[in-house]
Amino acid sequence: MNTLTDKLLGGKQGAIGLAILAAIILIVLPLGLDPFRIGMVGKYLTYAFVAVSLVLLWGYGGILSLGQGIFFGLGGYCMAMFLKLEASDPVSTKIQTTPGIPDFMDWNQITAIPLFWQPFHSFTLTILAVLLVPTLFAFIIGFAMFKRRVGGVYFAIITQAIALILTILIVGQQGYTGGVNGITDLKTLLGWDIRTDHAKYILYYINAFLLIAIIMASRYILSSKFGMLLLAMRDKEERVRFSGYDVSNFKIFIFCFAALISAIGGAMFTLQVGFMSPTFIGIVPSIEMVIFAAVGGRMSLIGVVYGTLLVNYGKSVFSETYPELWLFLMGGLFISVVMFFPNGLAGIYTDLMKKFQSRKTKSVPVKLEVVAVVHEKTESEPILTSEPAGAKA
Amino acid sequence: MSNTDFVLAIEDLTVSFDGFKAVDALTLYVDKNELRVVIGPNGAGKTTVLDLICGKTKSTSGSIKFNNKELTKLSEHEIVRTGVGRKFQTPSIYENLSVYQNLEVSYPKGRNVWGSLTFKRTEAVLEQVNKIAREIMLEEQLEMEAALLSHGQKQWLEIGMLLMQEPELLMLDEPVAGMSAKERDQTADLLNRICQNRSVLVIEHDMEFVKKIAHKVTVLHQGKILAEGTMEQVQADERVIEVYLGH
Repeated sequence: MNTLTDKLLGGKQGAIGLAILAAIILIVLPLGLDPFRIGMVGKYLTYAFVAVSLVLLWGYGGILSLGQGIFFGLGGYCMAMFLKLEASDPVSTKIQTTPGIPDFMDWNQITAIPLFWQPFHSFTLTILAVLLVPTLFAFIIGFAMFKRRVGGVYFAIITQAIALILTILIVGQQGYTGGVNGITDLKTLLGWDIRTDHAKYILYYINAFLLIAIIMASRYILSSKFGMLLLAMRDKEERVRFSGYDVSNFKIFIFCFAALISAIGGAMFTLQVGFMSPTFIGIVPSIEMVIFAAVGGRMSLIGVVYGTLLVNYGKSVFSETYPELWLFLMGGLFISVVMFFPNGLAGIYTDLMKKFQSRKTKSVPVKLEVVAVVHEKTESEPILTSEPAGAKA
Repeated sequence: MSNTDFVLAIEDLTVSFDGFKAVDALTLYVDKNELRVVIGPNGAGKTTVLDLICGKTKSTSGSIKFNNKELTKLSEHEIVRTGVGRKFQTPSIYENLSVYQNLEVSYPKGRNVWGSLTFKRTEAVLEQVNKIAREIMLEEQLEMEAALLSHGQKQWLEIGMLLMQEPELLMLDEPVAGMSAKERDQTADLLNRICQNRSVLVIEHDMEFVKKIAHKVTVLHQGKILAEGTMEQVQADERVIEVYLGH
């Protein structure tokens, strides 16, 4: 039972859950929705990357990051810079003062492409940047915080501050970043028009497959000893440290991995939506991502995908009809989920399954097996802290 | 400082918190296979000594040598890896994991990020877990969530988690606090068994329990050693009776 496939799929239960999710996002949704709606689902699914990263980081690791937008945004910007350079060929920008540079640079009296934009002429370097820039940035933040044993609420506040700083920086450096509008008017990827319905479907499928692959990779991590250690650290960090583990290294790794996942989501966002702007980096989107994870169930890799889709569906329905009420509704939803359903949709589902199963197998003694696969665990823990949850028990 | 034959050699150890010397020029030697009990009134600096040895608190001056290796400069996890295990006063276990998982997580392999990602549950791991589970009388509870154990069983589990690492020096802070009389006896037997091939340092208040386990007793008072010797010698010491036992 300790085989690689089991670890990737999360055992029989996990495999069924994954198969249902795959069927929904690969078959049901594409068949049932028109290209416009499928574009929207594709966009929401890019947020699900961040929600999955929060399961690892927050649900299991007990590290609440309120700045995952940073990494989503950095990944998205790296991709947008490449697409923008491709869209800014001298022919289509010939009316500019300096043809051949992105339009917003021209508006800001910049006459040459800045040095840090140069690598984004190459698609290979762009892919590397999407994967490495956010991860390295996470490594620097993680190293600085976790080696100093900054955690809990303090860590959450600092990540939030960094998200804000990055937003201000991007908005302020309009000539280099496109400012508050972001990087817009993206057209082609290596000559392939990404705005057609056909392209939207292809990008949707790439996105969906990447998401499933990342869920499987995350399953592997959670089912390894590393996953058990994450839970142990969330529970009793001191005990882990005094069992011979350098706790900070484990936290840095999971923070970097979470950043990497979020960045891939960000890059897929840019490709599918066709622009990137600071509104996806700051405090509000970062907190929204946490809400998606909380609603879906922060201990469930599959649950958060449904959570993300549902909350965003609700957002699009309600914000069209009652735009001013939506934010209150969202806040209320977050508070009530945390108070009454700390394990979100996935928690409600497991509770129902348990009830159903115990009714079915009342007289049959349940044979227990030694299982290290701790996926879809559903214990609760006070929000915002990595303090021992057992203190109240 | 010169090298010694002792497993643990603490020399001239001092730690001061804002001028208050919690441990004051303490010198203490622990032999191989010795079970030493440290007693003393509240605030004598007993727990602080353990904190200093395992690196939780950094000393102001002095030296702590474990098998002639200086510990004061090492970080917590490095000290553990030299072979020092420490049990905390309140049971410190992973409540959300099963007893089995609690023990397995404490197995001293796969201790870095990559190692933990590629860690495999081999026969050796299973054997070690089962052996320790028998030792700490939790064989039947391996599948149980650790939160559901009784208080005494939690204490044993934490001792078991330390034994998983086969430490050469085991430090226990009030291991029988909150235990029933029967559990105290079982714990005394357990400690007498596990000190066969390692040194054990125990902090305890329960004199009946101390009598059952101690090879030698050290009495701490205001960060200094007041008396040291066998239980009988210490109990007969007038200064000890005055500051501690007499009350």
